Amino acid sequence: MIIAIPRETAPGEARVAATPESVKRLRDLGFSVAVEKGAGAQASFNDEAYAEAGAEIRDDIRQCLDGAGLVLKVQAPSDEELELIPEGATLVAFLKPAQNADLLQKLAEKKINALAVESVPRISRAQKMDALSSMANIAGYRAVIEAAHNFGRFFTGQITAAGKIPPAKVLVIGAGVAGLSAIGTAKGMGAVVRAFDTRAEVREQVESMGAEFLTVEIEEEGSGTGGYAKQMSKEFIDAEMALFREQAKDVDIVITTALIPGKPAPKLWLADMVDSMAEGSVVVDLAAEMGGNCDYTVADEKVVKSGVTIIGYTNLPSRAATQSSRLYATNLVHLLSELAPEKNGEIDINFDDEVIRGATVVKGGEITWPPPPPKISAQPKPAEKKAEPVTIVEEKVAKKRSPLSFLLFWLVAGSLLLWLGKVAPPDFVSHFTVFVLAIFVGWQVIWNVTHALHTPLMSVTNAISGIVVVGALLQVGATGSSLVTLLAFVAVLVASINIFGGFFVTYRMLKMFRR
Amino acid sequence: MNGMISMAYLFSAVMFILSLGGLSSHETARRGNIYGMVGMAVAIIATIAGIVAGAYWMVAIAMAVGAVVGLSLAKRVAMTQMPQMVALLHSFVGLAAVLIGWGGFLDPRVSLSGAEHIVHNTEIYLGIFIGAITLTGSVIAFGKLQGLISGKPLMLPARHWLNLAAILACVVLGALFIPADLNAGTVINLLIMTSIALLLGIHLIAAIGGADMPVVISMLNSYSGWAAAATGFMLSNDLLIVVGALVGSSGAILSYIMCRGMNRSFVSVILGGFGSDGGEVAEGEIDGEVVATNFDEMAAELEAADSVIIVPGFGMAVAHAQQAVSDLTDKLRKMGKTVRFGIHPVAGRLPGHMNVLLAEANVPYDIVLEMDEINGDFPQTDLALVIGANDTVNPDAVEKPGSPIAGMPVLEVWKAGKVVILKRSMASGYAGVANPLFYKENARMLFGDAKDSLQSVLGKLSG
Repeated sequence: MIIAIPRETAPGEARVAATPESVKRLRDLGFSVAVEKGAGAQASFNDEAYAEAGAEIRDDIRQCLDGAGLVLKVQAPSDEELELIPEGATLVAFLKPAQNADLLQKLAEKKINALAVESVPRISRAQKMDALSSMANIAGYRAVIEAAHNFGRFFTGQITAAGKIPPAKVLVIGAGVAGLSAIGTAKGMGAVVRAFDTRAEVREQVESMGAEFLTVEIEEEGSGTGGYAKQMSKEFIDAEMALFREQAKDVDIVITTALIPGKPAPKLWLADMVDSMAEGSVVVDLAAEMGGNCDYTVADEKVVKSGVTIIGYTNLPSRAATQSSRLYATNLVHLLSELAPEKNGEIDINFDDEVIRGATVVKGGEITWPPPPPKISAQPKPAEKKAEPVTIVEEKVAKKRSPLSFLLFWLVAGSLLLWLGKVAPPDFVSHFTVFVLAIFVGWQVIWNVTHALHTPLMSVTNAISGIVVVGALLQVGATGSSLVTLLAFVAVLVASINIFGGFFVTYRMLKMFRR
Repeated sequence: MNGMISMAYLFSAVMFILSLGGLSSHETARRGNIYGMVGMAVAIIATIAGIVAGAYWMVAIAMAVGAVVGLSLAKRVAMTQMPQMVALLHSFVGLAAVLIGWGGFLDPRVSLSGAEHIVHNTEIYLGIFIGAITLTGSVIAFGKLQGLISGKPLMLPARHWLNLAAILACVVLGALFIPADLNAGTVINLLIMTSIALLLGIHLIAAIGGADMPVVISMLNSYSGWAAAATGFMLSNDLLIVVGALVGSSGAILSYIMCRGMNRSFVSVILGGFGSDGGEVAEGEIDGEVVATNFDEMAAELEAADSVIIVPGFGMAVAHAQQAVSDLTDKLRKMGKTVRFGIHPVAGRLPGHMNVLLAEANVPYDIVLEMDEINGDFPQTDLALVIGANDTVNPDAVEKPGSPIAGMPVLEVWKAGKVVILKRSMASGYAGVANPLFYKENARMLFGDAKDSLQSVLGKLSG
């Protein structure tokens, strides 16, 4: 099967879907590769390198696509390009299936199978094919570079003979892949970095990158499915805005990366926040394509409002075309090795494979988007799993028991108690009361003991169960029977071992615990 | 005078409750232990001062000898031997309960009649019965943990029937004993029952496999509490009743927590025999091959990883590797890596055993997390380091419904980028089932003694 790599024609697109290196790996999978002349020029890959890797260089797009079974692209094809793709071929590119219903229709009419790389489900196994993450990584990096380019100061603080330079303060909103990458880059350049995200679970990731994680006072978990954030309540957003207003006066650079799948980007950096920022500050809006997180953002433009530069470039990865082409091409090789497991140069769009099913948007003339939701989130499970184990258990028990058997239990228990009260001596009844109450106290107290202290709990309960020594003390020498005295003597001895040994061992253990 | 003693006892009981309550957090735990000591001291002093008449020298000798033995035991015991120590201490409580029961029975001062006589005899009978089971059961558990007795469950034919017969015999003897007055026949009845209970304790615990020892120990803990409570009823002593109930419910809750950690019912653990038929799973069923690694490779893996989760198991205790683990943790943290620990609820041979060992080695306890807290984080972790754990990281529990350990919650280490397993050999764990984790593509085995291995790796790490 021939793989065609046409030159990207979309304005401003410098990336290419294959590199000389990936061509080699595609050939190892059994494919032959045809590259359009100049396809890699803007990403610094020349035609000779492709030819050397074993690709056939074809003069124009018409020749390139002629007879192709598989077309690898970066951007969705234009109408003219679409015309040239042979019927029955398979197209792999960023197709934006959510916004491009028309395109899917056309592909279906032409019976072109299509895989949208952004629809690869975000599960662990598919990470190596996750082009969205690769591109987001570059976008985050590039966002910092663009910010630095437009920012009139150093990032790192220095004390020089010519005066003290304060470090730049960077605020990253949204700690997804792009956000984390931006944090790392800005940190690497010496800036003071803060980050905000509605998902509390990313706190650790943010902190591991060396940034400070900002929080609002309201507890609300923002994790949605598939590792994305969900929309938050009004109270939460108000608190968030107050936090941002405060930060706006302090930070020099803001990088916003907040996206909610299938919805316009939330407005987070409002006009008044920009106005309150110092002259010369920079806002980089990575959500510009979806309408932008900042009020002033103009897609694909750099604008200056009240002295603040707002950058709304939509295709940041293309500005680092060599790197992004490399990563994208590698993602595609991984995807193709799933599609062609036999390595015989033939592909099989196997819907039993969760990854392929998720990525495929058109198959055999039918639109197969959206796919069924992914089963496993790549992010940690949301907080409800961490609820107190006690409550879960009690709920379970309560659910299992029907009200009738519940009633029956108490009826039987109650009548047994009444019977006991009738026949037993009054002394016993009062002891029994103490006994039952003590069990309940124990029950309440023990559930609060942390798991880590279960061993000390055992040894301390062991020590206090040495209280039987009191029983033995009452018998020692008081009964007049030497046999009883002997028994009691031994009992005092062993119970003492328990008391002293148990408390001392507990003491030794607890001494070791430190924070 | 009696009122004052009662008040002293009440004070002790409150102290004991505060003592257990103190264990709810690390900050208050030590204070809790001190509360316990105070409570005990007050109870003993009040008893001696208030009730014990004469025989002071006997009490002094007994307590002094007990104190010396107890303290020297407690001082010498290594943290890895805590399970044995606790089991041994349980047996002392059992022994004391049996002796006191007999003492109460033979006490010539007691002359009761009617319902009071029946209640008193029932209490004696129950106290001795529970105490005897606790005594021999704990001794067997001690033997198994110390390695004096094989950890394999003892499988007598018709063992359930034997247990049932023993219990029935005790019930029948009890029916004869309880209403009767003190004479030669009742003494023999009580003697027979005591022996049966002692044998029952041996048999019950011998039938339980080594992997279930955490449950057994906490169950025996519970028994020792009930034995104390029964003694308290016999002697009409509220303090004993309260303490017995506290300890009894504590042990019961711990057993329950342990059982839930293994996703097994309490009954199935007590009936024993687990692991004997599990070995049927043939090794050949697992595809793939085991890849061994070496110190250099492991050091390189550690240096490449940003986040590491260490999963210790009983093997770490056996190898005394906790200090090496701690040193490794310190080094990795100094290199700027995220290091955390994932602790399975039944790791080790005692609830919380791993926490104690790690604390001994000065691992900060805020990076030591429970299974539920950390299980979701494995997919984002670069490297999982399994040190002497086996069944608690077995993917079969999740992936293979037919496996003997199916449904048991496990630490999902295989979801991490890489897994390195430190292990002495390919032998299976206590559950006796093969572990497909070792055959996973991202798994590497580092064979050898965990302590030596870790120290070698530590030497290879730069920085």
